[in-house]
Amino acid sequence: MVDQSIAGPVTASASEGDRSGRARIVILLLCLGLAAAVFLSLTSGASDASAVNVIGDWLFGTVPDNAALSARDSLIVYDIRLPRIILGMLVGAALAVSGAVMQGLFRNPLADPGLIGVSAGSSLGAVAVIVLGATMLAPVTALLGTLALPLAAFCGGLATTLVLYQVATRRGQTSVATMLLAGIALAALAMALTGILIFMADDRQLRDLTFWQLGSLGGATWAKIASVGPIIVLALAAMPFLARGLNALALGEATAGHLGIPVQRLKYTAIIGVSAAVGASVAVSGGIGFVGIVVPHLLRLAVGPDNRYLLPASALLGASLLLLADAVARTIVAPAELPIGIVTAIAGAPFFLWILLRKRGVVDL
Amino acid sequence: MVSFSRLAPVLSLAPVLRSAMGPAIGLSLAFVALQPAGAAEGTAVFADRSKIAAIGGSITEIVYALGEEKHLVARDSTSRYPKAALELPDVGYMRALSPEGVLSVNPTGILALHGSGPKEAVDVLKKTSVPFIEVPEHYSHEGILEKVRIVGKALGVDAKAEVLARELDAKLTAAEKQTASIKERKRILFVLSIQGGKILAAGSDTAADGMVKLAGGVNAVEGFSGYKQMSDEAVITARPDVILMMSNAGPPVSDAELFGNPSVASTPAGTARKLIRIDGAYLLGFGPRTADAIHDLAVSLYGGQVTD
Repeated sequence: MVDQSIAGPVTASASEGDRSGRARIVILLLCLGLAAAVFLSLTSGASDASAVNVIGDWLFGTVPDNAALSARDSLIVYDIRLPRIILGMLVGAALAVSGAVMQGLFRNPLADPGLIGVSAGSSLGAVAVIVLGATMLAPVTALLGTLALPLAAFCGGLATTLVLYQVATRRGQTSVATMLLAGIALAALAMALTGILIFMADDRQLRDLTFWQLGSLGGATWAKIASVGPIIVLALAAMPFLARGLNALALGEATAGHLGIPVQRLKYTAIIGVSAAVGASVAVSGGIGFVGIVVPHLLRLAVGPDNRYLLPASALLGASLLLLADAVARTIVAPAELPIGIVTAIAGAPFFLWILLRKRGVVDL
Repeated sequence: MVSFSRLAPVLSLAPVLRSAMGPAIGLSLAFVALQPAGAAEGTAVFADRSKIAAIGGSITEIVYALGEEKHLVARDSTSRYPKAALELPDVGYMRALSPEGVLSVNPTGILALHGSGPKEAVDVLKKTSVPFIEVPEHYSHEGILEKVRIVGKALGVDAKAEVLARELDAKLTAAEKQTASIKERKRILFVLSIQGGKILAAGSDTAADGMVKLAGGVNAVEGFSGYKQMSDEAVITARPDVILMMSNAGPPVSDAELFGNPSVASTPAGTARKLIRIDGAYLLGFGPRTADAIHDLAVSLYGGQVTD
């Protein structure tokens, strides 16, 4: 089932009708699931702040004798939970869709944005701000304030991708295999440079780095959403246009070309979109792993390999799962908080192993 | 299909930035922590001190030393002394606070040691009506007295704080005097950890460096600040007479492992197998127990030469 992603349906077949009907139902269910996840996230947290009351106050006016508590609760709901929910949905959707697009592009069900060095490049940008923000980069951090970190991570991810493209493109043709290898080399280089920065860091910065690398949606603020939100939304909006092309690409580049798909442009769009989405996500939330692998796989079992359904479904499920993971992170050790990267890895890594066990001998990787 | 030109807005960051740039320009995430700590923001006295959240081990210790622990409703994970503090709800590591977690204990005031974070969490907490007082940290005799006075003022017990500050002042002065007449100063290497045979040592601007000086020693490390891995040759050149370690931080490093390190083995400390282990919070907390810690460290270093 899963390995059919390698030969996705481009032409209509007898089962096509059943599958598209089923996929639509799955997507509808995922929409409901996301709504439920948003509701759960809005109403759960370490404090007893009641989102229902806050929204009630907003609709019907505040109960006078409850004004002080109401002010605290509305701050918790509007300034802590709501930005986290929006950021969580954006990041979850971005990571899951990026994973699905990468898997389609590399025609490899185990491809991931981390593979081509985007995540490593983003991390380098972020670590540079954490370590050099008071010295070499002081003018930048003074100018951008708290936005310096997300923007540096985004630029790092984008720069990595652009270099990758220069290396992998010859005479207007991009070799996916070369890109993969170059990505590994670039990721290694980015990690080495990050290592130099870590060596230069003092103990306070090291502690900040550790927590940043574990990933968290804890720093969600409206300003951050304003800075990276548009980037992620634009990238996500562009990705559904890739679905038909990615379906054709499953048959091989030459065949896709004969079917009238502008293969080179498809690759370029996919790579830029993934870099933007992943760079922005890593920037605001640090290292959150496994969403890009687990979500598309789970959905291939449910809706099949057709990217027209897989991409929107990935966005919905990615957003829901990250909200749920964050709800766990926020409440399980309350009043303290777990880094969400730990939650996604604990849930995602065993699942990933299970996929590998199921596919053993079916797919040669 | 979408053409590359339709994605151009993704690549051009400028408009996004300009629209997103808030008027408030803060310092970046990590760097607030490196600024010299100024006075607390706003009023330095809690209007209502009935429910206080204490963030930072030394802050919690000072609240207990002032006898004001009845006001505490939460602590952070670095507050592990006195034992009674462990009964309080733990809002997490002081550098990874969760704003909703801190607010969930319904504090009427937050007393946080300088360096509490992350910045976003502190910003959100400062937006609430709950007063947030940041207590500066300096690794010195004066730094401890300053902490005591600020905590006392915040809790509205200035007189009590003054008494405690004088008492600690006298104890600290006495503890420092114990080693004043010693001519031959010991060189001390504070080892935070040994990972893969690499020594992670304390340079200047660290709590360990401050303690070594107060106990009449010399930090064997020169030329870097904070905690850094030292090369084997640097360890040999540092010529430490004594190795100092925390006794309860992470998995214990055995003496054999430490002195089995060839570079350590060839130093004076290695030949004499001189290793001192002291509880981390006690040694590095810079709080009410620091005078005793200075005395203990001095006795471990100089033995009978210490004058009472």
